Formats: sequence, C-alpha cells, structure tokens
Amino acid sequence: MKAANRAIEGPIRAAAGSPMNGVRTKRALLRIIMNVVLRLVNAAGLLLLVLIFALPFIWMLSTSLKTLPETMIFPPEWIPSHPVWKNYIDAWNTGPFLHYITNSVIISVSILLLQMLTIIPASYAFARYKFAGSGFLFSIVMVTLMIPSQLIFLPVYLELSAFKLLNTHLGLILPFASSAFGIFLLRQAFRQISDELIEAARLDQAKEWKIIARIMVPMVKPVLVTFALFSFIAHWNDYFWPLVMTTNETARTLPIGIAKIREVEGVGTWNILMAGNVILVAPILVVFFLSQRQIIKAFVYNGVK
Amino acid sequence: MTLWHKLRPYGMVAPSIIIFSLFFIYPIFYMMYLSLFDWNFISPTKTFVGIQNFVDLLSEPEFRQVLSNTTVYTVLTVALTTGLSLLLALWLNRGHFLYGIVQGAIFSPHIISLVSISLLWSWLMDPEYGLLNWVIGLFGFGKLQWLSHPSTSLISLVIVAVWKGIGYNTLVFIAGLQSIPADIYEAASLDRSKPWTTFTKLILPMLSPTIFFLVIINMIGSFQVFETIAIMTQGGPVNSTNTLVYYIYEYGFRFFKIGYASAAGVILLVIVGILTLVYFKLLSNRVHYR
Repeated sequence: MKAANRAIEGPIRAAAGSPMNGVRTKRALLRIIMNVVLRLVNAAGLLLLVLIFALPFIWMLSTSLKTLPETMIFPPEWIPSHPVWKNYIDAWNTGPFLHYITNSVIISVSILLLQMLTIIPASYAFARYKFAGSGFLFSIVMVTLMIPSQLIFLPVYLELSAFKLLNTHLGLILPFASSAFGIFLLRQAFRQISDELIEAARLDQAKEWKIIARIMVPMVKPVLVTFALFSFIAHWNDYFWPLVMTTNETARTLPIGIAKIREVEGVGTWNILMAGNVILVAPILVVFFLSQRQIIKAFVYNGVK
Repeated sequence: MTLWHKLRPYGMVAPSIIIFSLFFIYPIFYMMYLSLFDWNFISPTKTFVGIQNFVDLLSEPEFRQVLSNTTVYTVLTVALTTGLSLLLALWLNRGHFLYGIVQGAIFSPHIISLVSISLLWSWLMDPEYGLLNWVIGLFGFGKLQWLSHPSTSLISLVIVAVWKGIGYNTLVFIAGLQSIPADIYEAASLDRSKPWTTFTKLILPMLSPTIFFLVIINMIGSFQVFETIAIMTQGGPVNSTNTLVYYIYEYGFRFFKIGYASAAGVILLVIVGILTLVYFKLLSNRVHYR
C-alpha cells in the first residue's frame, strides 16, 4: 500500500499543492517533517535492498582472499588485511581450467555463430514469404520454443550416444545450432519493416540475398544484438547440458570445472571454492556493468514482447 | 515465379526445422516410447511393460514426495517472487539514476551462472560458519541448519530462487507499469481517488497480463529446477529437496532405469505442457493485442 502510494505520489503531491497559501501553518511544518522522514526511510530501504544483492558478491570476493582459519572468524573481516592470492592459484590447479575456458569459449561462440546463420534466413522466410506449409513449419518453431532442455535430456542423451557425439564439442553445440526464441523475435522485427523499402530495392534489380544482407539485416540489428547477448550469456552460464552430455573432461566447460573444485578440495575449503567462483562470475559481472542497459533490455523486454 | 523462387523459403527454414525436429520434437516422442519399456541402457533388449512404469512411479512414496516437493517449491517460489517483485516495482519505478543503480543491483543475479549462485549460497548458508547465521545472530536468533535439515532445506532453496529471480521480475513489472499511459494516473488523481483504490482498481487490472505472464513463466521455470539442487543438496537431506528433474537425472544416469526415468519425464511433460498451453494462449493474445 505504501509502495502504491509512492508510485503515484508525484501527481498527488502536485494536485495537493502545498505552499500555495503562503502561511506556514503547523500542518505544513508537520508535512515537511513527514516528508523528510519518508525520504530517509526510503533511502535506508534502497540501501538495504542494494546490500541484500551486493553483500553476497562482496562476501564471495572477501572469502576468496582469506586463509581457511580466517573464514571462520566472526565478526568477519570484510577486507582481509593479508589477501591470500594463492587461493586463486590453488583453485586454478584443481583441474584443467585453461581447457575448460577454451571449451566454454568454443561452445558458446560456435552456438552463437551457427544461430545467426540459421535464424536470420528462417525468420526472414517466415516473416516475408508466403509458402505452402509455412503455418505448419512455424508451429514446429513455436512448439520448440516451449520445450525446455530439462525435459528432453534423457532421449537426447541416447540420441547423441547413438550418433557417437557424447563428449564432443559438436554434441554440445548441435542441439542449439538454431534458436526458436531467436526466430520468434527476429520474425517480429522483420515484419515491422515497411514493404515500400523492399519494393524500392527490388525495382533497383537488387538480388534478394543482397537485399537481405545489406538492407534488412542492418534494420533489425538492435534485435540481433540483444538476442546475441542473451544467447551468449545463457550458454556461457549453462551447467545442466554440459553436465548431462559429458562423461569425461574432453568437452566440459567452466561451470562444471568450478562445481568440481569442491570434489577435489574437499568440503569446507570455502576460500578456494570462492576463488574459483570469482573466476567464473567476474567476467560476466564486468560485462554487465559495462553494458547494463543493453543486457537488461535483452532479458526483460524480449521476455515481455 | 520460377521453381527457385518457390523452393527458396523452404531452403531458408530447413536448417532450423531439421535441428528442432531432431533435438526437440523427436525426443519427446522417443521419451514417450521409452516410458513403456523396461531398459537399463546397456542391455540390447528393451522389455515392453506397458503402463507398468507409471503404476510403479505413482505408487512409490519416494516419487510422491518428489511431486509434493516440486509443487511446494514451485508454489512458494512463484508466490514470493511475483508478489515481492510487484511491490519492488511500484517502489523502484522512478527515473532518478539512483533507482537505476538499485534496479541494476537487484537484476545482477539473473545473469550469473546458477553454479556460482549455488556455491555462494551454500557458503552463506553454512550451519557453522555461514554469514547468514551470523547476521540473524546479531538480531538474537539462534543458528539455523538451513540446507542441512529436512525442515528448512526446501525453504532455503526457495530463498535462493527468489533472490535470483526477483530482479528480473521487478524489471518486467516496471516495463509493464511504464506501458500504462500517464493520463490514466492524472485522471485518477484529479478524481481524488485514494492510493489503495488507484492500486486495486487501476494499476492491478492494467498489470494483469504482466502478472499472468510472470506467474506462468516462473511456474514453468520452477518445475524444472535442477542446478541448485544438484549442487547444494543432491536431493537431501532424507529426500526433502528431491524434485522432478533431479529425480529423472538420478534414475536415468545413476541407476540406469531408462524406462522408469522416461515415465517420470512424461509426467513432467504433462505438467509443463498444461502450463505451456496456457502460456501459448497468453502469448498469442499479447502478440495480437500489440
């Protein structure tokens, strides 16, 4: 209720028009005091909110720079006086991390590139051409959009095993070589481009693929960028699929390596575990703070539309 | 129109359609087929058992607990995430840059790998040396067992899910709030309508498509929870956090009961399918509406 009050506070305050009568009555003073108190409470609330989300990450960083005995001291030392950088080396040495990172990069980048190659023509065809069976084919896209990978991992595992694709990069890439979500988004974008533009280009006798590459794709670039961010972050972070589709280290990715530190180092070595965790989180958080607006847009507005 | 022009669209959609058919559509049917067999993955023969796997599953107390865990987890997560983020959205829907920073902060867990979040919260919720127990100790509360006790383990996972999901939900709500035309607020304030009335009679109905959308996608997401469970609890203690996807994973990959796991998969398919149909209808309505 209070929150609702705040959301519409602006217009109501404008309508009430406080200092209009010029006389500073007791009520006006009270209102000013109330206003200050409300502002302070509001600021404190905002600070608390930020802390709830920032402190866990700060705690992670802090723990990663402590010795094991130091992690058990309370009240805690937030900034370790003697940062133990060696934890990062220890975390790194628990497994072939260079290999994991290489795999993560190969897999997320390949998925992204293949998706660009498949979704642009497909979404263009669905948006711009009339062809027999397009409704049926698009319904395949829509059904795929609704099938989460958590639902079908068992049969896909058997399938990949039959194709001899388990423990290969290809096995982790191929199922995501196209994206129903991407086609859905991009089709909407292609539909919004005016027909006159294409007609004008056709009159110039431009080849169809040239029209697509030179005129249409640049026009949907913002949607492509937001989709690319979304796809890359999703696959970079993915733990489930690489975990399920691998039985050895050949194609395993960074999230699996980080989760495995605990098995190597044993339970309770939180300092080393958090050091590994920082290695996994830091790049994404840095990217997030650099392009916060774009990323939020990619996740939020694409979800809404 | 030449033959080339007629074939061109099919060529353009073919790669995607082949990928989807191979890795999404066909596996659904393959899973349904497998659910009717008894098979251990290694043996060359599959034994047809009809609906026996389903009968066994539904009469198994462990599976019933898995279903109830998944449902309790989903209901709590969805209710808390959606409710709290609506309140946060009403509070944080301001143009000032400070509010932008707060929005960014609460959104940040959404783009972090669930592996990181699970490890981080396992440490925060450590019964002996966890930060959370120290913080609640400051307020005079005794130490909680969090993930290590069956009575608190599931709610601990809900807390992590809410922490991760609330920022995304809040920003979607804010996007929804901003699509409400400003003159509607002005009209309400001219009518001297009370804030509570404005909220229930005006904001809530205008937001209902957004609320519905978030509830459905949160439900679909929660029903498939896996990562936090695999890393934080492995379904324990005493099965108190075992949920559907983790159960399928264990029966498929640890016990190699493929038919049994597939049958559990079909049950999940039915649940997600029903939610998805609702979502599908909503999605097409929204697209139509825009």
